[in-house]
Amino acid sequence: MSEPMIELRGVSKSYNGRAVVGDLTLAVPRGALCVLLGPSGCGKSTTLRMINRLVPCDGGTIRIDGEDALRPPVEALRRRIGYVIQSTGLFPHWRVDDNIATVPRLLHWPEPRVRARVHELLEMLRLDPRIYAGKYPHQLSGGEQQRVGVARALAADPELLLMDEPFAAVDPVTRDALQAEIARIHEATGKTIVFVTHDIAEALRLATMIAVMDRGRVVQSGTPLDIVERPASDFVRDFVGVQGLGLKLLAVRRVRDRLQTGEQADGEPIDAGATLAEALAAMVARRVGRLAVAEGDGRVVGAIALGDLVR
Amino acid sequence: MRIALKTPALWLGLLFVTLLTGMPGLSPVFGWAFPRVRPAVFDRAGFVELFLSHLGLVAAASTAAALAGVAAAVFATRPAGRDFRTIAALLAAAGQTFPPAAVLALAVPALGFGARPTVVALFVYGLLPVVENAIAGIEGVPEGLREAAQGMGMTPWQVLRRVELPLAAPVILAGVRVSVTVAIGTATIGSTVGALTLGTPIFDGLAGNKLPYVLQGAVLVALFAVVTDLLFAVLARRLQPADRR
Repeated sequence: MSEPMIELRGVSKSYNGRAVVGDLTLAVPRGALCVLLGPSGCGKSTTLRMINRLVPCDGGTIRIDGEDALRPPVEALRRRIGYVIQSTGLFPHWRVDDNIATVPRLLHWPEPRVRARVHELLEMLRLDPRIYAGKYPHQLSGGEQQRVGVARALAADPELLLMDEPFAAVDPVTRDALQAEIARIHEATGKTIVFVTHDIAEALRLATMIAVMDRGRVVQSGTPLDIVERPASDFVRDFVGVQGLGLKLLAVRRVRDRLQTGEQADGEPIDAGATLAEALAAMVARRVGRLAVAEGDGRVVGAIALGDLVR
Repeated sequence: MRIALKTPALWLGLLFVTLLTGMPGLSPVFGWAFPRVRPAVFDRAGFVELFLSHLGLVAAASTAAALAGVAAAVFATRPAGRDFRTIAALLAAAGQTFPPAAVLALAVPALGFGARPTVVALFVYGLLPVVENAIAGIEGVPEGLREAAQGMGMTPWQVLRRVELPLAAPVILAGVRVSVTVAIGTATIGSTVGALTLGTPIFDGLAGNKLPYVLQGAVLVALFAVVTDLLFAVLARRLQPADRR
């Protein structure tokens, strides 16, 4: 077992004598996408903000990459950690390219390297540099702004990304696209991501690991499947929701795990990384019982049938 | 250049300069209108000289007020200066309720006659709009931006310099604009304690019952204030975020 990327031990925070986070312990493995999930006021945002010390913790230890995160100068620590917030926090008086270049410039990267990196990130977030680099934030849609926010957080290639309800303020269609984007970036870069949300569907879709929080504590942590199938308490069961459990299970399992290798099927193939819920939706929409399955590179690797979903 | 020709600042500025330098040339007109006043145009000092002295007083006082006002506002909006915020606003407001004549009267015994008490009075008087606007401007920066800036690892100084001040700049400038315009008008009373300003002919005229002097001084002061205000308007447009011009 390699050392966790983030390790919080006995961390606590109170405001005016009221404990917001109490004796919280959590380890996030390297490369994980850990979702802090819980109702509003459960301390998940405070926990996230203690990691980059926007909120000073009252007690406990926080280690990032094996180092004591409470020791280095706070600016140096934060420049190593990407940070995305719900309101995007894009600087309205700076163009998109300057916004993305914020941290590299704070780190005094040579200007050609900054420009190349900005270009690379715009392309990674599927924003055409020729169109978007020179725009101002208010000229962008909410979804585009949040893409720029993500690009800005990734700019200095941080090993760790903190995201505080980043997609809570965008419309469902845009949110869906942004979630797909984060899943893709997580897969492509292997970065450790801590993601705060109160949306169980978002958590199930993105997380490799979920920490359910209630009243300042982690009440259960584990894989999405663990949380859904074996809730540790009534609170978790209620929060995750018993209703529609079957659909939630479909939403956390991947086509890749159920496909029949080498089989054939007609029609547009579905991505092997898609969830079973997406496969079911595609079957219903196309009125077929079988779908071809392709890997990300477009290579067809097998097929999945309706019966495979309930195996 | 096309834009410059359209701005009233240019035309009124030309009118101002013409009157400033050409006032003696209007002597026959004033002589005809006010036959009992001789000389018909104020001549104890040149108008250009009066203007330059007036400008110097306002520039010194307003620059100091702008710098001190913004500095006070920056301090008042830092975590360490939170207690200072109420006091700063209170002091600046108190400065404003004090009539400038009273400030002058109080300053003269300490600083003597002439330019110095005038500059002090203008400084005290000009502080309020700057402090008020600068606090409002800095506090008007959305919390999310400050948090993002800190979260990305900007030092407090970088947050102030790169985010807070640029975003507050239009509001701060509006405060400086009010401060300077008021100072131009108020500086005239400096003439009562011996400072040379465009108010000198006004008070000379009032004391000696010479209406044309009052008129000459008043028109020039008014034009000076209006032209300055219009120049600030041009500057304010420049300062608008580049995308919203």
